[in-house]
Amino acid sequence: MHKPAAPYARLRRGLTALCAAALCSALPARGDDLQDASKFLKAGQHSQALERVNKALKAKPRDPQARFLKGIIVTEQGKSKEAIEIFTKLTQDYPELPEPYNNLAVIYASQGQYEKARTALEQSIRTHPSYATAYENLGDVYAKLASQAYDKALQLDSSNSGAKNKLSLVRELVREPAVVAVAKEPPKPKEPAKPPVAVAARAPEKPAADANAEVLKAVNGWAEAWSKKDANAYLSYYAGDFKTPGGEARPAWEKTRRERIAAPKSIEVKVDSPKVTLRGSNEASVTFRQDYRSDKLTSSNTKTLELVKADGRWQIREEKAGR
Amino acid sequence: MRRVLLSLVALGFAVAAAAATPEDRLSAVFDAIEANRVDEALRRVDALLRDYPNFRLAYLVRGDLLLARSRPLLTFGNVVKTVPQDRIEGLREEALARLRAMRSRPSEDRLPRYVLQLHPGQKHVLVVDSRRSRLYVFGNDQGRPRLVADFYVTLGKNGVEKTREGDQKTPIGVYHVTGNLPRSKLTDFYGAGAFPINYPNEWDRRRGRNGHGIWLHGVPADLYSRPPRASDGCLVFANPDLESIGRYVQVGTTPVIIADAVEWSDAASVDAERRSLNAALEQWRADWQGRDTERYLGHYSQRFGAGGGQDYAAWAAHKRAVNAAKSWIKIELSRVAMFRYPREGDFVVVSFEQDYRSSTLSTTMRKRQYWIKEEGRWKILYEGAG
Repeated sequence: MHKPAAPYARLRRGLTALCAAALCSALPARGDDLQDASKFLKAGQHSQALERVNKALKAKPRDPQARFLKGIIVTEQGKSKEAIEIFTKLTQDYPELPEPYNNLAVIYASQGQYEKARTALEQSIRTHPSYATAYENLGDVYAKLASQAYDKALQLDSSNSGAKNKLSLVRELVREPAVVAVAKEPPKPKEPAKPPVAVAARAPEKPAADANAEVLKAVNGWAEAWSKKDANAYLSYYAGDFKTPGGEARPAWEKTRRERIAAPKSIEVKVDSPKVTLRGSNEASVTFRQDYRSDKLTSSNTKTLELVKADGRWQIREEKAGR
Repeated sequence: MRRVLLSLVALGFAVAAAAATPEDRLSAVFDAIEANRVDEALRRVDALLRDYPNFRLAYLVRGDLLLARSRPLLTFGNVVKTVPQDRIEGLREEALARLRAMRSRPSEDRLPRYVLQLHPGQKHVLVVDSRRSRLYVFGNDQGRPRLVADFYVTLGKNGVEKTREGDQKTPIGVYHVTGNLPRSKLTDFYGAGAFPINYPNEWDRRRGRNGHGIWLHGVPADLYSRPPRASDGCLVFANPDLESIGRYVQVGTTPVIIADAVEWSDAASVDAERRSLNAALEQWRADWQGRDTERYLGHYSQRFGAGGGQDYAAWAAHKRAVNAAKSWIKIELSRVAMFRYPREGDFVVVSFEQDYRSSTLSTTMRKRQYWIKEEGRWKILYEGAG
């Protein structure tokens, strides 16, 4: 079977972020074990890593971070069956988390079980609509399924057709569903690589400044509504033709968002160093660092909002992770 | 509440069962794609493949629907890797043929020009449109054809107008079903069964055409259907379709008319041609019965040939001698069928029961004649036992 070595290599970098973002607030003892486990994993010392993570799990058997880390360790050890069990259980206990679904999908895909991988990834996206890694993985899985269908159409033997899997395992569990798991790498620029700066430069100075301010006002208002847990106000910042991340119907998406906003006791969202790019007078994109803090989680990651001006208001048409 | 749901589900199943041939369902997939309901299209094609896992064309569509989620499609059947292009082409052609047939069914008032008259014993007639890869089944509505069903059909690799053994073409002409070979007597290659037809018929032989073994048959178990041009000359159907066709077929009786592109006509024109032929036939009968041998012989073309291979002069001399020897003749014709021959212009195959009684001999036989129009008059080119 194909061993997904490459993704791991590039994903290792994610570990540092994992420690910083998720573990700092953890109990010291458990944190030490988990940190050690991560270090061992990073060094390729799987059995030591497993030993530490098991120790952490002994103290807190249900802890999602530890279980997630263990899932990754056993995946790397090639124990797919055990990894599937761990990630499946995580999806059952924490159905709102996208990462376990994603990783389940990666393992299924490595086994050539693309229908299962597809289901898991679709759930991951349903759970977390702006989840870039799952999108990329899902694109690969669709392509693979298409290829299988073509093989059946043309009576070709698909048993050994090409590399089985180039999907990305996610190594970082961000424990608040409203926050995008920071992609280890910015999403590949395969989507319309817009040349924002150049266009912005062409815009006349003065109106651009005004428009910039308008756009920023909208983004700040959006963050403020979110922080106030005012779902109605928050949702009002989304355009009528908002591209829901999973392509789901608007009402379904709104429902999920309302639940997410209602869940924590408190939320604080800050928009840090925003950069506005105007395209004409009615379209803009804003990239910023989103600092999110709730009673459950603290995180910080890059986000891009695509906005359109309609009825005199700047509204969000699309929401993406990364820049 | 639950009961309501259950009955809805039951209703859904009932509708699905009644409505949908696999082709109907494929068509619904394309409708969904056209209406940009891509998720629905994928659901439908998945369901279709669950029921017909060998429907290769449906896999091609499924591949496209999935690939479209990953990247823009460049073509129908957007297979990325290097594959035999003729296989993709075959599936594309099948898709086109099926869609075209579904979307342009002949309207009620259009009739195939070939079916002038069915006799009462012929319950159905099968008409093949080679260009459309379609077989139309017409029922016998008091001698006139009425469309009851149609099916996708695969024909010869090299097209139509078979002339010789091994040319991998399907014949064009008027034939009939001569046998019924059940699945149990055949290899898997022929699928659900086979119905041989009488190629080469008398006209084919006269034209020097040879070859044999042109059948209507099914497909192997691992296939749902084959591309439009894939057989060695046979007419090949999906197994469920062959089974349906089998319910219309009477061995020895059911005509199979294979045309290039079916000429469609209206009832009035078909009626007019039928009347003109019937008048000619009746005059021929009356002249024979009246022992007016010269007028009787006038119904035959100078190019006439009977089954035995005599030339016209020898045959005419023989007829004169036979008719002169009788003091009376009485002839009745019944169960008359008439079919225009595709691709041959004014050329009609007429068959009937002939009840012949005379002072010296009485016989009953089924006779077949080929009538052609010469200088505006219908003449007999060939006659023999049918």
